[in-house]
Amino acid sequence: MAKYLIGLYDDEDKLLSAVEAFQKEGIPIHEVCTPFPVHGLDHALHLKKSRLPDAAFVYGAMGTLTALSMQIYMYTIDWPINIGGKSHLPFPSFIPITFELTILFAGVLMFLSYLFVNRLYPGRRARVYDVRQTDDAMVMAIADEKVWDQARDLFRKTGAFEAKIVEL
Amino acid sequence: MFESPIREPLILGHKTYRQITTDLASPILGPASWKWYLTTAFTAAVMLAGFGAIAYTLWVGIGTWGLNKTVGWAFDITNFVFWIGIGHAGTLISAILLLFRQRWRMAINRAAEAMTIFAVICAGLFPIIHMGRPWLAFWFLPLPNTHGSLWVNFNSPLLWDVFAISTYFTISLLFWYTGLIPDLAMVRDRAKPGSFAYYAYSILSFGWTGSAKQWQRFEAVSLVLAGLSTPLVLSVHSIVSFDFATSILPGWHTTIFPPYFVAGAIFSGFGMVLTLMIITREVLDLKDYITLEHIDAMAKVTLATGMMVGFAYATEFFIAWYSGSYWERYIFLNRAFGPYWWSYWAMVSCNLLIPQVFWFKKLRRSPWFVFVISIFVNIGMWFERFVIIVTSLHRDFLSSSWRMYTPTWVEVTIFVGTIGLFLTLYLLFARFLPVIAAAETKSILKTSGDQYAGLSWEAYQTKKRQGAAAPAFQPAMDPDTPQS
Repeated sequence: MAKYLIGLYDDEDKLLSAVEAFQKEGIPIHEVCTPFPVHGLDHALHLKKSRLPDAAFVYGAMGTLTALSMQIYMYTIDWPINIGGKSHLPFPSFIPITFELTILFAGVLMFLSYLFVNRLYPGRRARVYDVRQTDDAMVMAIADEKVWDQARDLFRKTGAFEAKIVEL
Repeated sequence: MFESPIREPLILGHKTYRQITTDLASPILGPASWKWYLTTAFTAAVMLAGFGAIAYTLWVGIGTWGLNKTVGWAFDITNFVFWIGIGHAGTLISAILLLFRQRWRMAINRAAEAMTIFAVICAGLFPIIHMGRPWLAFWFLPLPNTHGSLWVNFNSPLLWDVFAISTYFTISLLFWYTGLIPDLAMVRDRAKPGSFAYYAYSILSFGWTGSAKQWQRFEAVSLVLAGLSTPLVLSVHSIVSFDFATSILPGWHTTIFPPYFVAGAIFSGFGMVLTLMIITREVLDLKDYITLEHIDAMAKVTLATGMMVGFAYATEFFIAWYSGSYWERYIFLNRAFGPYWWSYWAMVSCNLLIPQVFWFKKLRRSPWFVFVISIFVNIGMWFERFVIIVTSLHRDFLSSSWRMYTPTWVEVTIFVGTIGLFLTLYLLFARFLPVIAAAETKSILKTSGDQYAGLSWEAYQTKKRQGAAAPAFQPAMDPDTPQS
């Protein structure tokens, strides 16, 4: 059971200026939870850019290679069939399946990576500071008990409509 | 941020974030009305009738259908292409409109993606039943086997179809679910802790909390999945059209098929989205989210894609004449004036002529009128596939083998059964999942809600009524600067 001081905001602009104010004061922000994606919040929190798109490219390339090697092995190497003298390596015919498997690998593996890096899985207990964080409130959580007094002050100054201590 | 005064608000009713949550979560957590039970019971009965007809087909054989040696593909493949086409609007709305940053997609993308998934389920049934021995459907997969191993034929567009449709289904499902997770968490937090709904939505929402890092990854994944789905949706119907276009049959052997099929798919998909969304906004009282502006925009897409398919019909005729091929010319004259003339003209009038009413803004903004037109679009696009498949086949190169095709009650029941399946799945979706992407709608509230964007809009309307010139650059209430 960890204790957090949370401040609730009802407006994303207040939240963004609050994040800036907290950083200026040097108060470490544990987490910010919002009911919808807030533009600029990741920059304000100095979050590193997600590398999932890069991973998707690698997964896609894996799909391309899998599809091409599968088709070439089956159709050209393992059992070449003479169909009216057509090529044993009909590259244009391989394009549709290669394309589809590229998309399939990139999409499925990226989705699984997304769940993995976010630690999302069926049955996981959600660590919800306040149920309003999926409704209409943006929640900023401060973990370090030493700065709580300072943080409570700053919550008031930056326009949080509520500040309280929660345990989860 | 500047909002143009001529851009209409997308969310009406001066909504707050809390109201959006309530509007979307309360129908899920509240009790269902008797009307919902009655409708679902009816569609489920229709679905079961269809399953019965499928069982009868499998028990007795494909001979229960109206197929003959000349017309070997008819109702089932028509239905297959029809359902696959229905699905395409969902991917278009969620993926292509996301890449184009069209905000009006937010109100309809969830339901349209759901339709994609359900339509692909319906579509997938048909080729499998048509195999006659569906328990051997796995022969389509490149698996090692005891015949050698004799592999599948990678030259065959039918095999490409297997890969295309299954990829399409999987990616659509993942895309849909990615967007659903935050909204399921929203429903979870509204349910009474300890109740069954709370546990069910806890499991389904995967423990989502909405932290800044999660949202950052969410946006990255959504964008990449949209980027992947866009070429995917174009490839799927192109590959479906290859089933026909790579043959040497007059009427099928045309290079225009891929773009023609893709435009037709988007056209028919928007027809179905309009049909269901007009009912949904009425029944679930979502008129503030699915506004006349949305219906207007969808009607415009329908008009544009309808004219594209109309253009393709004309091009086919021109090429048939210009090719100088006797067979090609005959097949097209036979299509329009042969024994199946009625299906050809049903197609042309439903797809090309009737949607022309959408040139008028007043008609685009009358929901029930649009609803009637959307039914015509659905009918017309079904006939398009029937025309392409049956009229090209029924009179082949030898006049001694010319045959007519008439569906039997079994085929009709299977088709009606898939409509029941589609509607049952949609009704379950509308009952248990948020039909509108709540988080995304909240994220555009400050730019598209009528109390923000609407200030300038209302001012513009009033000024217009008073006969004054439109305010040239009236700055809207700036949502990016904090209000005091």
